[in-house]
Amino acid sequence: MAAITSPHAHEGDAHLHAHDDDHHELGFWQKYIFSTDHKVIGIQYGLTGLAFLFFGFCLMLVMRWQLANPGQAVPMIGGALQSIFGTAAFAASETGAPGMLTADGYNAFGAMHGTIMVFFGIVPIAFAAFGNFVVPLQIGAPDMTFPKINMASYWCFFISCIFMLISFFVPGGAAKSGWTSYPPLAGIADSAFLTFWNGQTLWLTGMVFNITASLLGSVNFIATIIQLRAPGMTWMRLPFFVWAQFVTAFLLLLAFPPLEAAGIFQLMDRVAGTSFFMPTGLVVNGNVAPWAGGGSPLLWQHLFWFLAHPEVYVLILPGIGMVAEVIANNTRKPIYGYKAMVGAIFVLAFLSFVVWAHHMYMTGMGAAVAAFFQTTTIMISIPSVILLTALMITLWGGSIRFTVPMLFAAAFLPMFGIGGLTGIPLAFNATDLYLHDTYYVIAHFHYVVAPGTIFAIFAGIYYWYPKATGRQLNELLGQIHFFASLIFINVLFMPMFLQGMAGMHRRWYDGGAQYEQLSKAVVLGHTGLEWNTVISTAAYLLCLAQVPFIFNFFWSMKFGKKIGRNPWDSTTVEWDAPSPPGHGNFDKPISVHRGPYEYSVPGADADFTPQTDPPANSKAPDQDANTNSQSVEKQH
Amino acid sequence: MQIPYEVTSRPDTGLWNAKLGIWLFLASEVMLFGGLFSGYLFLRLGAEDGYWPHGLLNVPIGTFNTAVLIASSVTIVLTWANLKMRNWVMAQRYLLTTILCGLLFLFIKLVFEYPEKFAHFGAYIKKESTAKYEAYLGNEHARSNGLSPRYEISGHLEAVEVTVAGDRAPLATFAEKNKLKLVEHPAGGEGHGANLIKVEGLDHKAGVSPAKMEKMARIPGVTIEKFELALDPGNADPSNPANDRPHFWHQHATDKIATIDAKDVSWASSFAPKHSSYFAIYFTITGLHGLHVLGGVIVMAYFYLYGGKLYRKNPEHQANRIEVVGLFWHFVDLVWIFVFPIFYLL
Repeated sequence: MAAITSPHAHEGDAHLHAHDDDHHELGFWQKYIFSTDHKVIGIQYGLTGLAFLFFGFCLMLVMRWQLANPGQAVPMIGGALQSIFGTAAFAASETGAPGMLTADGYNAFGAMHGTIMVFFGIVPIAFAAFGNFVVPLQIGAPDMTFPKINMASYWCFFISCIFMLISFFVPGGAAKSGWTSYPPLAGIADSAFLTFWNGQTLWLTGMVFNITASLLGSVNFIATIIQLRAPGMTWMRLPFFVWAQFVTAFLLLLAFPPLEAAGIFQLMDRVAGTSFFMPTGLVVNGNVAPWAGGGSPLLWQHLFWFLAHPEVYVLILPGIGMVAEVIANNTRKPIYGYKAMVGAIFVLAFLSFVVWAHHMYMTGMGAAVAAFFQTTTIMISIPSVILLTALMITLWGGSIRFTVPMLFAAAFLPMFGIGGLTGIPLAFNATDLYLHDTYYVIAHFHYVVAPGTIFAIFAGIYYWYPKATGRQLNELLGQIHFFASLIFINVLFMPMFLQGMAGMHRRWYDGGAQYEQLSKAVVLGHTGLEWNTVISTAAYLLCLAQVPFIFNFFWSMKFGKKIGRNPWDSTTVEWDAPSPPGHGNFDKPISVHRGPYEYSVPGADADFTPQTDPPANSKAPDQDANTNSQSVEKQH
Repeated sequence: MQIPYEVTSRPDTGLWNAKLGIWLFLASEVMLFGGLFSGYLFLRLGAEDGYWPHGLLNVPIGTFNTAVLIASSVTIVLTWANLKMRNWVMAQRYLLTTILCGLLFLFIKLVFEYPEKFAHFGAYIKKESTAKYEAYLGNEHARSNGLSPRYEISGHLEAVEVTVAGDRAPLATFAEKNKLKLVEHPAGGEGHGANLIKVEGLDHKAGVSPAKMEKMARIPGVTIEKFELALDPGNADPSNPANDRPHFWHQHATDKIATIDAKDVSWASSFAPKHSSYFAIYFTITGLHGLHVLGGVIVMAYFYLYGGKLYRKNPEHQANRIEVVGLFWHFVDLVWIFVFPIFYLL
């Protein structure tokens, strides 16, 4: 390493090998706030993402109250909500109680629920947090290739978070045009307010920063995985999670910029008065709208979905990666069909760029174009099925340890399966025309993302928490969290399929109360409206089920069971670092000698052989600590 | 802690980190400008016949700017080559030349190109009223020669005629503040009788800028009735075959004045982004391209001013940095190679 000529080379070496007795300790701000350490940035992303995930969930709880009890004030906290979010979002109900969600407020909460969950919750956690924390450790790197850009990425993201949060408190409230922001509705939204200081414009500005952050992050991820793999870490020895992050980073890198272009167009429409998405002769409230016209609302949909379909795979691929790690570790078996899975995610990523218009069957695109997108969409189920099947077969014949991460990972498989299979009717033009924009769609993608990706995220948190903190999360609380979540999340989303097929539209503010056919449609003994109450109750209980997790998360930081380097007896490289790893990650030089999942190798001493074990003399894991300290001695 | 392969190449990939990083960044930039250019395609293909203008930009200036950017791409390569040969003084000279070329490009864009657009004025005539303005539109000529119809009358806004309901004081105050002159009962204002007021510039040459016209229209009670503009050659003499095709050299507005009734106009403004899809996409793409030029100039200026310290410690590292910024600079140049034909020539 000293061969690399740089003014800081000497100082750098000291950092790499002796982080325990670091001579010039970084100050608090540089160590925990403006840190360039990938682990700190990962944790920053994770905590911010979890906070937003919970915030987005709470927005939905308020909406669910309105759907089950249209026109009634939110009990207990209604007054507080009204004073926080203002009278644009909440008003007094007929009985005079404060805190009834208004139609505008419902639209704002709905739009922000979608935006926050996708761009500020799942992607920051599944991709940025786990990717930052785990990927360099798993490939045996000291950090990301561009630590400063990594920090810039987080702070760009942070600025975008600020934009989204303050947009709740500007006149008129947050963006109200759905997370898809379709023009011309989104173009004319909030035009009564100041040019910049309104929900929709702040939403666009926030998104531009968010996209910039993910661009900086994805360049870093790809460069790190290509450049900083430890000696011996060949491509086919990468853990599957790293492959998943690698492909995800490419999706973000290439799919997000068109949305940035679209965001800039829409900002121009709103701020400079251009007509990118404003058609000729647009009439608003009986007046000709003050735009020159000549634009095309469809252009937005194309650019938006060109991002937003790959985005679906950005949401799910890191989840599949985490689940693969946890399943291999807890079945004590190599994952089945590793190479096929790697191939499958590449095919998946490629195909995800040519399916976007299946979100636009309702735009009258014509049979030939629809047929093309139908075909590609159905093709994409092939790699998806390869992934899911490979993970299922991995379970076969394994002596499964049902640890908490494994419970979540195991539940991920059928949940993601339900989400995937219910997507097939939406892929076909003919059935989609009927199901489009109903609760069926809501249920479908929530099965993919909520009990799918979020369960994978929980699996990842329970699995890597010991590495990040040096302590384990409480097992019993974890089990309570898991079983309660599993039950309530299914009660929450399963009836939505029924409601959707009965014709309930996804944007009905009153839950369909004024639509006769929904209150008459009886499914499984309940009318459509009665299901609203069932679903909302399940949502509140699901919120309650997160309490053990939140408590566990903070309590275990201080009081959790202390663990060593490798509490799960895992093979991958991150478990060779101390828990928590110091700046520079490893206290000995890393070299990799085998594939990622050498579990239960016949003839081996233990039922797992770490990737870093030299081939000739495999050692028992409890000797690791000794060898490590010796190698540190040698270095000095 | 030291990140490996910051300066030297990793043997199996043959790359140092930043070189890979910049190529990835450029891949994403290709998608960004790809999105923007696809917006151009979508708008242009979707534009109704006659609503996509040709020949509005100043081609000689654009050609000159193209040459400036291409020259700067050569000099940045020479900077890198000289650094590789450890020839610091020459490298600095070429780097400075590159920076100056970048600044010259921006200067020309901001001083000679953009402001001119905001001072120019165009009014789209409603389809049902085009016959009334046949003398300026020349659609008969266009039809018989197989050309696209004309819907726009453009030129230099000399004056506007307005009516005022109620108090005239706000308009008078506005006129005084903005160096405008109010003329009551102008000749030819029969239709509106005594109400009509002609607003023109104190300085006749300046006329009424389109921005002032828009501000005036927002004064309560003021209604714009007529536009008086000095016509562009295409509208002044629409049947002249010389005006069928865009001109290479920039054409100034003629002395011929046309009066257009505001009620016959579907949209009138300066050649600002909001004027039409064409100017919207023109300003968006060239604006973002300009920001990229500015970003490159800032980074190169930093390397020019502070690169010496690194060069003395590790010249290869400095050469690598210039290589990275050079790759970016070539990309910015390449974008312009697409921008120039699609906006100036096609």
